[in-house]
Order: sequence, then structure tokens, then C-alpha cells
Amino acid sequence: MPSTKEHPAAAGRTAPAPGDPARRGDRVAALAQRHGALAALVVLAAVASLSFDSFATGDNLGNIAISSSFLATVALGMTFVIVSGGIDLSVGSVFVLGGVLAAWGSQYGTVVALLLPLVVCAAIGLVNGLLVARTGLAPFIVTLASMLAARGLMLAITDEGADTFLVNPDSVFASLGQGKLLGIGTPVWITAVLFVGGAVLLRSTRFGQRVYAVGGNEQAAALMGAPVARTKVSVYTLSGLLAGLAGALNAAYLASGVTILGYGMELDAIAAVVIGGTLLTGGLGYVSGSLVGVLLLKVIQNVINQIGSLDSAYQQVVSGAFLVLVVVAQTWLARRRRVG
Amino acid sequence: MTELALDKRTLPDRSTVVGWLQNYGVYLGLAVLLLFNVFFTDHFVSGENFRTQAVQVSPVLIVALGMALAIGTEGIDLSVGAVMALATSITSLYLGYGPWLALVAALVGGAVIGLAGGSLIAFVGVQPIVATLALMVGGRGIALVLLPQLKDVRDPAMATLGSGSVAGVPYLALIAATLALIVGFVVRRTTFGRRLLAIGDSRPAAQLAGLPVHRVLITVYVCSGVLAAVAGFLATARLQASDPSSLGNLMELSAITAVVVGGTPLTGGRVRIGGTVAGAVLIQLLTATLIKHDLPSSWTQIAQAVVIVLAVYAARERGKR
Repeated sequence: MPSTKEHPAAAGRTAPAPGDPARRGDRVAALAQRHGALAALVVLAAVASLSFDSFATGDNLGNIAISSSFLATVALGMTFVIVSGGIDLSVGSVFVLGGVLAAWGSQYGTVVALLLPLVVCAAIGLVNGLLVARTGLAPFIVTLASMLAARGLMLAITDEGADTFLVNPDSVFASLGQGKLLGIGTPVWITAVLFVGGAVLLRSTRFGQRVYAVGGNEQAAALMGAPVARTKVSVYTLSGLLAGLAGALNAAYLASGVTILGYGMELDAIAAVVIGGTLLTGGLGYVSGSLVGVLLLKVIQNVINQIGSLDSAYQQVVSGAFLVLVVVAQTWLARRRRVG
Repeated sequence: MTELALDKRTLPDRSTVVGWLQNYGVYLGLAVLLLFNVFFTDHFVSGENFRTQAVQVSPVLIVALGMALAIGTEGIDLSVGAVMALATSITSLYLGYGPWLALVAALVGGAVIGLAGGSLIAFVGVQPIVATLALMVGGRGIALVLLPQLKDVRDPAMATLGSGSVAGVPYLALIAATLALIVGFVVRRTTFGRRLLAIGDSRPAAQLAGLPVHRVLITVYVCSGVLAAVAGFLATARLQASDPSSLGNLMELSAITAVVVGGTPLTGGRVRIGGTVAGAVLIQLLTATLIKHDLPSSWTQIAQAVVIVLAVYAARERGKR
């Protein structure tokens, strides 16, 4: 955790004049950082469809889309948090808690099934944000604590994980997870809408500008009059809300509140965001990149499943190695852009 | 974060009650918890119970020692749980050649993960949290590739190590205590220890002063990896089984908690090994107390969360002083 934040984008602004070769290199580095994951995804998908007949089928792609949608929703909130210079380790537990609350609440109707997890999970995010913004505690530690607390709460509700709450498969709530529109699962549509909204929010609103500013240089943002604390509280609340929503949709999809899924999800979400070109130091990031990052992780997982002889453990090895590669490349590119 | 960085060198004011509490609060908390148990918990004061607690806290404590070093350099090591899993897999695979070889192989595995993390942090300049996160994901994957499922360990030497004791003190606790003394000595009395703290205080300043920053950082993460591997080996001996999918899960959190509760600031530049030992014991005792009073494990996690936040909050006040 460096105490002084380097802001590559800011350094880019003082780059040499147009036409200068150094600036061209700068631009290539920026392109690589932004679209490297997309290129990797396209190549991987192309190779996979040529290698396995079963890859490019509607069923398989549909499965990838559905399983990506839950992680993507979590990663969307994580993108905001990371761009603001923070991190949210609680999303995995909050996701599980959201699913359990939704499944329990579904017996009282769809409104309760949706509102209960959203309210509780947003409240956890709010507490995270308040602790981070008002006490100056490290986001890492605050969200680590709320990760434990959210899991404790989930265990308390489910009688130490012994109770599994089922969602009535005929309910409106279940159709939110299991329904299809134009042959594509409802969660995928919901996620798509959320991402469009998220992209607009981050790129084109004053709130989004503030998130970038706070992550780029907090002191400068405060001096410019940006409400730093309020921005931080908002991003953590948003992250909790989205993690809870993803959990609820997942519960609807599986027709039950599963208590063991979702641990380690925070790591997958962080990995996806980082792979997507968002800098963990804050101040620079893309919502679309996070979506690509999620798809890339899920395609890797799918390909490894297709190679039937490979153990699923390899998926972790590949994901880990991939993450190392991306982070090394990113660090190198960021440094290069600073020099340029 | 930045304000902390400016003032973190200032030592707490020992003359005030608050300063004293912030410095020694962990010991006070431990004493209160002990007293509570002595009076209100049945069968608490017994050699058997103390031995059980000591055995259970040992792996956490050993991992926390390495974590304290990493945090001292203003870093963090999230890969320790995965290293424990890797160590238990390697131990199972090599136990056929004798426990010593298995131990050496496990330690080498931990050192390699530490070397990888340290190199990424020192040479490439990757943030510690990201570098060790990637190794956490990949490391557990490697452990599961090596040993896909739970395997019983049947080795008399391992059994003795796991459950034996000398003069009533379990081997595991002896090893943990010895390692704590060694790490404490290294931090306080050696050049390496001083360099480590200087880097945690300010890496640019350490670089300007001509300290071998890269070498020290890599050594720190190798130490953390090796200590986590020791913990994994000992846990294998205690459980008489290798379970790479669950061993060491969330260990990084417990270790960070122990270090932070013990008064080591996350901003680096200070390491308190005595506090880390007390912190590990405090968390263990808290869990044991809640369980003995029939509070469900959900409460343990919530209590742990509260303790973490309170401890870091106190540390923050100390840092600002």
C-alpha cells in the first residue's frame, strides 16, 4: 500500500508533443492496458471454438453467460470501489448472505425476497463506507472484518449452515433467476442493464468523476471540493447492494439459498477487475474491462472443464498464473507510461 | 493513509493511560479473558485444556510471525493459507522418503512461493496485496493438482510430532514458542531487522540510504512462505491427514488479525512480536470461550470482526499521536 499514489493518466497528460515517437509508445501502452484482456478473450474464444465442437454451441455459451452474470454483477460494484482507491473483501460473504436472505424472504413474496437482501447488503456496504471514510481505517481491514461479520450473520440465520431455504420454483421471484427472454436467461439481461447503467454512471456523471478523482489523488480531490467521504460511502454501499443483488439472483436461479457458494468470490471479482485494466492503485478503470475480465475467467474455466482430463484444480493454477501475467504487464505498462 | 505515513514514526506517549492501553491493551484483554474463564468456565484451569489451546494456536502463531514481518515492511502476505495447503500436499507426497525429507520439500515449496511473491513485489513493483493474492489463488490450485483429495497420514514420527509433548508441553507449542523467540530476536537485534523496519517506515528513504531493499523484501516474503510451510507441516502432523482443499483456509485473515490485534501497525515500520503472540492467543481464547459457553460459531466470526475493527481503530489513534 504505497502512501503516495502515482496516477498514470495524470502523467500521460504531460506527455511529449503529438507525433513524438515517445507519445506513440505511450498510446500503444494505453491501448494494451485497456484492451489487452479483450484481445486475450477473443483469441481464447477463437481457439476454443476451433478446438472443441462443444464450445461454440448455444447451450454452452448460454451457460457461460449465466454463470458470468452473477460474478459480473459483483465485479461491477468492485470496479467502483477499486477506482475510488479502495477494495471490498466482503462481497463474497455478502453475496452468500444476500442469497440466503432472498431464499428465506421468498416465502413472503417477491418484493420481500428482493428488498430484504438489497436493504441488508446495502446496509453492510454503508457501514463499510462509513468506517472507511469517517475513521480512516484501511479498506482492506474494514471489509475483512465485515466479511467475517456477514458470514457470521448468514450462519446465525441458517442455524450454522444446517438450514437451506428453498425458493418456490413457480414464484415470480424464481422466474427472475430462471426465466428466459429471447432465449437468453433473465440474469444475463439484468446484468447487461446494470453494466450499461454502471458505465454511464462512472464515465458520464459528476459522481463518476468524483470516484475517479478520489481514487486518483484524494487530497487533490478534497482541495477541489469533491465530497470525498460521501463518495467513498456511496461506492461501498453500491458494492454491497450489487453483491446482495447478485446473491439474490443466484438464489432465484438455483431455487435455494446455498450457504457454501461464494467464498473466494471477492478474489475472483478483484481478479476480473484487475484483468480488465483497472488499476488497483485507483483513479483509472473501466466498467467494460471488468465485464471482459469476468468473461475471460469464465471462459478459462469452461475450457478447462471441456478438457475433461484436466482437474478443476488447474483452473486455479491458470487463473493465478494469468493474474500474475496481467499484473506484471500492467505494472510495466503503467511505469512505461509514466516515463513516456 | 498519508497522514498516518507522516506521523507513524512517533512512538506512543507512554505516560498517559490511553497511550499505555494502546501499547499494552492486548495483554490487558488477554488477562481479562483469562480471568473471566478462570471464574466462569468449567474445567478451564486444567493442564489438558491449556495443552489443547496451545496446540490449536501454534499453527496460527507461526503463520502470524511471517505475516508480522511482511506487515512490518508495509506489505501483506495473502498467500500463507495456500502455502499451508501446498506444504500439506508436498508432505503427503514425500512422506514415503521419511519425514525429514518431507519437511525439507515442504519448506522448499513455501520458499518458492515466497520467492515468487517477493520478486513480484521487489523487482516488478506489484502491490503486495495483489502479488500475494495471485499466489493465493494459484498456490492452492497447485496444492490440489499435487494432491486432489484428502489423504490420511500414517507415520509414527509425524504422530509423535503432532500429539507428543515434553514435560507436559506439546511439541507444537515448543516449536511455535522457539520460532517466536527467533523472529523476535531477528527483528530487534539484527541488521536485517533494522533494515526491514526502515523499509516499512519509508521505502524511498531506505532506497536513498542505500539499503538492499530488494534483497530484504524478498527475504521477508521467503521467511513468511517458509514459516507458513512449517505451520502446514505441523498441522498435517496434528491432524494426521493432508487436506489441501481446506487446510489453511482463511488462515491469512487469522494471521493478520493476530498481528494487528497485537499492536503492529499496518502502515509498517514497527513490528511487535510479543504482541503478535498475545494477539494469536487472544483470538484463540476468544473462540474457545464462545464455544465453551455454547455460543454458536456464527458469534465467533462476528466477535472476531468486532475485535479486528476495535484493534485497528486503536492502532490508528496510536499512529496519529
